[in-house]
Amino acid sequence: MDIIKVENVDFSYVSQNDNGKQISNKVLKNINIDIPEGQFLAVLGHNGCGKSTMAKLFNGLLIPQSGKVFVDGIDTADENRIFDVRQTVGMVFQNPDNQIVATIVEEDVAFALENLGVLPNEIRKRVDESLKTVGMYEYRDHAPHKLSGGQKQRVAIAGVLAMRPKCLVLDEPTAMLDPKGRKEIIKTIKMLNKDFGTTVILITHYMEEAAQADRVVVMEQGEVVLDNIPERIFSQVEFMKKIGLDVPQTIELFYELNKNGFSLNLEILDIEEQAEQLADAIKGGNYGISN
Amino acid sequence: MLRDITIGQFFPGDSPVHRMDSRLKLILNLAFLVIIFIADNYLALGISAAFVLSLYIISGISLKFIFRSLKPIMPLIIITSVLNLFLLTGEGEPIFKLGFITIYWQAIDTTAFMILRLFVLIAGMSLLTYTTSPIVLTDAIERLLSPLKYIRFPVHELAMMMTIAMRFIPTLIEETDKIVLAQKARGANFEEGNLITRIKAFIPIIVPLFVSAFKRANELALAMECRCYHGGDGRTKLRQPKLAIVDLFAFLVFLLFTIIIILTNIYF
Repeated sequence: MDIIKVENVDFSYVSQNDNGKQISNKVLKNINIDIPEGQFLAVLGHNGCGKSTMAKLFNGLLIPQSGKVFVDGIDTADENRIFDVRQTVGMVFQNPDNQIVATIVEEDVAFALENLGVLPNEIRKRVDESLKTVGMYEYRDHAPHKLSGGQKQRVAIAGVLAMRPKCLVLDEPTAMLDPKGRKEIIKTIKMLNKDFGTTVILITHYMEEAAQADRVVVMEQGEVVLDNIPERIFSQVEFMKKIGLDVPQTIELFYELNKNGFSLNLEILDIEEQAEQLADAIKGGNYGISN
Repeated sequence: MLRDITIGQFFPGDSPVHRMDSRLKLILNLAFLVIIFIADNYLALGISAAFVLSLYIISGISLKFIFRSLKPIMPLIIITSVLNLFLLTGEGEPIFKLGFITIYWQAIDTTAFMILRLFVLIAGMSLLTYTTSPIVLTDAIERLLSPLKYIRFPVHELAMMMTIAMRFIPTLIEETDKIVLAQKARGANFEEGNLITRIKAFIPIIVPLFVSAFKRANELALAMECRCYHGGDGRTKLRQPKLAIVDLFAFLVFLLFTIIIILTNIYF
């Protein structure tokens, strides 16, 4: 079943200019996406392509001007069920500092459940469970500002997990982290997807992160331009470069080699397999340097 | 440089004073304020001082913090003492007379009593913040004020604001640090010039700090909305304070203290 269904969605930000005239800025044009339960989806696109706006449609933070968004069968425009929508689709943002509310880790993780009026015993149970899931249980009585970036972001994820969402939307969760923190977060996300069957929508700038997804959606100027498995996306090196995006470095290397006569398969993303392929090509004497 | 600032003056611990229910602690603290003003002789004040002192010892808070708590009110004490000393009149002959200054024995007596009373009062009240973390204290205030909800007083909103403020103080201090360094790197000078130039030098710090604080507030509001925040209606709490034996004991001790003070008032 599709956990999120986006049907013919248009979205514009409306603002007023200096003369008091309304200007509308269309950021999403005729978006159609179905996301099946349990999928790990990565969304790529450079700044201003509308990917963050799209993320905000997924849990009813924004309501489209035309078209519909369904979360687990619920229309996000239905105000009476907005809390059901937000419980189903949890959202994690870029800056961990700006999404932690309380001064103690466990209090922050409990925040969503307190809002939902869950009973104290159940809150305690779920808070412990979420903190253990992201590996932050030992830090439950720490002050958030004393944690590292990766740890803070894991607390933020735990705060959302406590609602037991079926789907997790992460809007560039690693953008402000160091490489170590980035690794921690990606490991956590993949674990949630594999072991708990949580649907994951990861908006990112890092091609290496997107390469690990089941499916990649590429956005450009408010439209979905590519939607496929990562192998098929990153093999289109020229197209990706044309719209200002990168491909994983190994693919870039293979692409450059192919330009010089190699015939390497660009549709493999596993580093081990890539290495074998390259080794075979070199062993075969096919250096392919034509000039 | 700014990073070492601690918020409040909380000293974590596991003494009976720490473990007391924060609501009871807050109420007893207010009752203490009243009792200190009821106490009208030196013996009663002396007993109160001994009571506060023993509480400090029980809670394991170093006695030097008594003096630290008194520091901020020193100017107030000095000014009122001086005024009292010179302006109060009493019966009999003044013991000191020089031009328009006259000092009576009673004035000295009243002033000394007032100083002692304020010392005991402040030392006792400070024990509350020394032994209760700000978050627990906020919680206690929210719970104690909750009946005011019925007259539309925004109790929950107030508590939420206090919590968020406490949460963001370290973050914003860190941010200020960064801005100061960034402005210094651009040649800003905060150490020289007269008062006005120095104050002006802080504008390039305040402006970016405010801009960033607003940005943070915006993002925080989004994150809170994502976690189904909709005000205080129907909200539950992770921590459920329960009155324990220690609270009953504390209450009885305090009751005993109150009775002793009232008795000394009557018989001395």
